[in-house]
Amino acid sequence: MTVKDAGRAARAGKRATDSRAPAREPEREADGAELIQLLTPEGERVEHPDYPLEISAAEVKALYRDLVIVRRIDFEAIALQRQGELGIWASLLGQEAAQIGSGRALSPRDMAFPTYREHGVAWCRGLDPLKLLELFRGVSHGGWDPTAHNFHLYTIVIGSQTLHATGYAMGIQRDGAVGDGGEAVIAYFGDGATSQGDVNEAFIWASVNNAPIVFFCQNNQWAISEPLERQSRTPLYLRAKGFGFPGVRVDGNDVLACLAVTRKAMQAAREGQGPTLIEAFTYRMGAHTTTDDPTRYRLSAELEAWKLKDPIERVKQYLIRTGQAEMSFFDEVEAEAAAVGSRVRTACQRMPDPEPVSMFDNVLTAPTDQLAAERDGFAAYLDSFEAEEAVAAGDRR
Amino acid sequence: MTTLTLSRALNEGLRKALEANDKALIMGEDVGKLGGVFRVTDGLQKDFGEARVIDTPLAESGIIGTAIGLALRGYRPICEIQFDGFIFPAFDQIVSQLAKMRYRSRGAVRLPIVIRVPFGGGIGAVEHHSESPEALFVHTPGLRVVSCGDPADAYTMIQQAASSDDPVLFFEPKRRYWDKAEVDTEGGLAAALPMDKARVLADGTDLTLLCYGPMVRTCVEAAVAAASDGRSLEVIDLRSLAPLDTETIFASVRKTGRCVVVHEAVVTGGLGAEIAAEVTQECFYSLEAPVLRVGAYTTPYPPSRLEEFYLPDLDRILDAADRSFGY
Repeated sequence: MTVKDAGRAARAGKRATDSRAPAREPEREADGAELIQLLTPEGERVEHPDYPLEISAAEVKALYRDLVIVRRIDFEAIALQRQGELGIWASLLGQEAAQIGSGRALSPRDMAFPTYREHGVAWCRGLDPLKLLELFRGVSHGGWDPTAHNFHLYTIVIGSQTLHATGYAMGIQRDGAVGDGGEAVIAYFGDGATSQGDVNEAFIWASVNNAPIVFFCQNNQWAISEPLERQSRTPLYLRAKGFGFPGVRVDGNDVLACLAVTRKAMQAAREGQGPTLIEAFTYRMGAHTTTDDPTRYRLSAELEAWKLKDPIERVKQYLIRTGQAEMSFFDEVEAEAAAVGSRVRTACQRMPDPEPVSMFDNVLTAPTDQLAAERDGFAAYLDSFEAEEAVAAGDRR
Repeated sequence: MTTLTLSRALNEGLRKALEANDKALIMGEDVGKLGGVFRVTDGLQKDFGEARVIDTPLAESGIIGTAIGLALRGYRPICEIQFDGFIFPAFDQIVSQLAKMRYRSRGAVRLPIVIRVPFGGGIGAVEHHSESPEALFVHTPGLRVVSCGDPADAYTMIQQAASSDDPVLFFEPKRRYWDKAEVDTEGGLAAALPMDKARVLADGTDLTLLCYGPMVRTCVEAAVAAASDGRSLEVIDLRSLAPLDTETIFASVRKTGRCVVVHEAVVTGGLGAEIAAEVTQECFYSLEAPVLRVGAYTTPYPPSRLEEFYLPDLDRILDAADRSFGY
């Protein structure tokens, strides 16, 4: 069965069959929805008939390395915020597998549209983590070129980027870049964003245009203090059906499942089979941002239960139990992560503030006369202080 | 030269824009087969295809949001918002994304998007179909805001907007769509007045009338009426609302010493207030009278049976001129 056939079968509501599928009850969440899982929290590899995944030890180890490094970057960023080096930080703790699994499913030509928490996806796309710290330090609003790594700017207004992603996908269609060797788009958003009009409009536009896009929703259960019940009475992945395209729920803490499910959906999109909604079922282990206090609205028991589903530990257990990695491998990864963390920390502390007059740059493609006059007036105003200080210094002498 | 309605002039200009750049797209509600509710895009889908003239779902935020995505992919969308009062579902995408993305990216991103907005009243419409929201966009850094006042400018300015690499809000005076005038459709854009320059429509010595969009014709008529009374009014079509061509404005006010700003929009917090502040600051010693504003009262747009009382007209403009001369 080709991927295309599998996509068609899924769209027809049929379950594709695979002779390798073991007789195993699928994992289910409390709301009864099936959860695509390829690696259990205990580190046991399981098969799913729709998502066969051939993956080498080297590839699993590479994913493990990604997971550990992005958690380390996140850890350093939280510490930097606590020390006053960053204004705020939105932690990805707990969501590493969803981001690395989906991020590594992308080809270089695919385009990713992130929220403001996709630090793991940024890592996969090759963006320097310092670019992220610039934003949270207040040195820039992002300021990277989206075309450099096919990773769009962080978008802070909830859900807005899903429309940009859909429009970009419509551009891919107009470029004739769908089909063999085609391109596709992935749009990231969270459970809270599914209540936004823009996200629902994006679903409609993507659907009626059959746009090459994957909607990747990280359902981390909490939109700041509001639990999923405040956003939806139906499992989120089921929303896709009403818009006319398939939706799946994947274990968002299972990097292998996220990789396999995203790969398949992206391939279907590239081939012209239209959009897919992926709900990555995960948990925000930390606060919404460093200014949030989750103890005011959620129970520690919930956190403890999710700790047992940690996305990194299960990969480690799998690698150990299958003998695919020596202990020295884990030490090496730890050392590399520490080195990355150290570099990020030092560079952040040394990051200079931008020049004051630079705030006038890039409002339009060229400054208007009015803006140029404002900038020049501001520069002269700043200079006037220096002149006064020079005179005062002269008086003192 | 050929005689065209303003609507037809826009249509011809859009056709030129689609011919000039194969990345240019038209998108909006009913812009395809129907040709737009005002027929501004009439026949374009037939000639350029459904991939370039796109009938969109009925969702304004979706129109602008996906236009941004298309622009990121290298396209140059020209969007239509069907009526002024329907722009607000797209307000967030315009203000928070379209206007700011270039700045956010430190210049890496450019968004050459035109948003066409039929605006203003005077057509006896129901609520939300007669508004003048332009000041909200003038107040938003990162956008260019223009308005055409006659068919000749409609033809050239829509092409200039389409070739701009900045986002442009393009306000079309909907009650003037059927006004006819001579338009040179043979000449290129090179000889045309730049989009961000005001145009002096009638030279005068006694008072400067500043206007744009639907008020241009009314102000020209007011100047003719005033002339019969021995008053020489200079009429300036601002054309560009952001940025303002202050050079042309100041030169005129320094000459006449009096200034009245006319727009259909509510005066409170409007463009007239901004112009009055600028003129007062820069032309203070030339002024014989305070800058006066003629515009809508600070109420929502009233039911259409009342709009003739609500909208500025020739008499209210002349009344303001008289008050200015009274100082």
